[in-house]
Amino acid sequence: MNAESLLAQFQATGVQTCFHNRHINPQILADLNGANWRLKDYEARGGYQALRQVLGQGGGAPTMTPDQVIAVVKESSLRGRGGAGFPTGLKWSFMPRQFPGPKYLVCNSDEGEPGTCKDRDIMEFNPHIVIEGMIIAAYAMGIAVGYNYIHGEIFHTYQRFEEALEEARAAGYLGDNILGSGYNFQLHAAHGFGAYICGEETGLLESLEGKKGQPRFKPPFPASFGLYGKPTTINNTETFAAVPWIIRNGGPAYVACGKPNNGGTKIYSVSGDVEMPGNYEVPMGTPFAKLLELAGGVRKGRQLKAVIPGGSSSPVLPADIIMDCTMDYDSIAKAGSMLGSGAVIVMDNSRCMVKSLQRLSYFYMHESCGQCTPCREGTGWLSRVVDRIETGHGRPADMELLNSVAENIQGRTICALGDAAAMPVRAMLKHFMPEFEYHVVHKTCMVPAYV
Amino acid sequence: MISEKSKAAFAKEVAKYPADQRQSAVMACLRIVQQEQGWVSSESEKFVADYLGMALMAVHEVTSFYNMYNQRPVGKYKLNVCTNLPCQLRNGAQAMAYLKNKLGIDNNQTTDDGLFTLQECECLGACADAPVMLVNDTNMCSFMSDDKLDQLVDGLCALEGKA
Repeated sequence: MNAESLLAQFQATGVQTCFHNRHINPQILADLNGANWRLKDYEARGGYQALRQVLGQGGGAPTMTPDQVIAVVKESSLRGRGGAGFPTGLKWSFMPRQFPGPKYLVCNSDEGEPGTCKDRDIMEFNPHIVIEGMIIAAYAMGIAVGYNYIHGEIFHTYQRFEEALEEARAAGYLGDNILGSGYNFQLHAAHGFGAYICGEETGLLESLEGKKGQPRFKPPFPASFGLYGKPTTINNTETFAAVPWIIRNGGPAYVACGKPNNGGTKIYSVSGDVEMPGNYEVPMGTPFAKLLELAGGVRKGRQLKAVIPGGSSSPVLPADIIMDCTMDYDSIAKAGSMLGSGAVIVMDNSRCMVKSLQRLSYFYMHESCGQCTPCREGTGWLSRVVDRIETGHGRPADMELLNSVAENIQGRTICALGDAAAMPVRAMLKHFMPEFEYHVVHKTCMVPAYV
Repeated sequence: MISEKSKAAFAKEVAKYPADQRQSAVMACLRIVQQEQGWVSSESEKFVADYLGMALMAVHEVTSFYNMYNQRPVGKYKLNVCTNLPCQLRNGAQAMAYLKNKLGIDNNQTTDDGLFTLQECECLGACADAPVMLVNDTNMCSFMSDDKLDQLVDGLCALEGKA
């Protein structure tokens, strides 16, 4: 045995997180088993049929015009799955289609928001669905070159995606004159190497240009000044993966399996204190209680204390509020948080909120790119002050100090990382102030200590 | 010296980008260097800079900005344990503590025999698999209970003849 094969024993199989048959009407993760990720398997599941529907069955002019494709996506009410929830069809319509010269399509697979692990499973177990979605998107916007920027830490998934690209090229789905339609599209994979900030779309573009991933001022937005200064559209992996189903079944069918303005299914990465952490693909608008049940409920039969519903940057919600929510952009926003990337971090009643915030605030300090003073300095302040409260050195004025630092970061930075660092702090204080006060007074947690 | 195999890998990366955008391949080239040599030395940065037609400082900016590039030599096996909140809730910090104790080293240290470097790291993007650990930037190891950590560390020690 060599080191490679020894380490391979510890590789995830997807059985726990993806092939548990606990999805509800899945569109992206349907019928996967870990072995059937290859092109022929994907085709057997109806893969690349949507592309044929757009480009024609082979030979001759495409059957759908780019405008028709964008119209279908608009009709579906598909919203960006990366975190912002921006309407995808609208974003695509911003691309100047008559622009002479190169334009680019970029897939944001730099999945590093604590709690989020869905794009990894999509690309690992169903990579061609992302490729097909990207080809259709590129056609709709008249783009000839695309890149999928993949989180460096999931290197195995990057290699798998490269392999899937080779298969798609060999089968004539990528390259020149795709399916005899006269349409050309080249797609390549790139990888990060450990920088959360590259998940921010303009930081990602900088990184793709071979630089430090420091976000750009906007405007200009990527649709006018993107990769290499050319018009560029960036979508999340799961967004592209949703496209083939929409083309095959039509916009209204996609809306119908979700809620109005919140079409389709969504993959939720459920982590933390549940019996069965994993990815669960369910229709938009599924009650949170149902999602929690799919994940096996709160671990060890404990009581639910709080949930961070959309990745670590989204404001925490106490149990009584989240239990009344449905999982869609509008319901979670109404409750005062964000659906974000759909990463649901569950915390039971044995958890200390100060300790939880301590680790989150350290993360944002560590990952701040350093170019904006409020974020560079402010995330350090947040982390150090939460740290001193947790370690028993807090002062009575610290909570006010935290709120004030957070307020002075929010809205004052080039990118959303500043807001992402500030929002969890403010929400923790808003909902769990007594725990922070207890820490300051008693120098210890309200709950028993744990590592 | 960079091997011919790595140079061929460089060329494959450069070919992904427009001819006047060779710099785009810098992330991949530095990764290839690290896979071959274990870290990115200033000599390697110079080689990559010349190969891609970049300023040396522009290459160094990349090496120093991204967390996973090793700016100095590390042990033969670099262990990155995620301790972020979702992992913390599922024994990520415990896994880190277990390894510190087992290897007798602290965060960011290397064992005396040069076999292991231990690093606490930020989100690996595999939160549902917690506790998770990345070995040598490429091998994600999932559900790393204490038993599995023993298996992994003892297994690697045995392979290296240091059991």
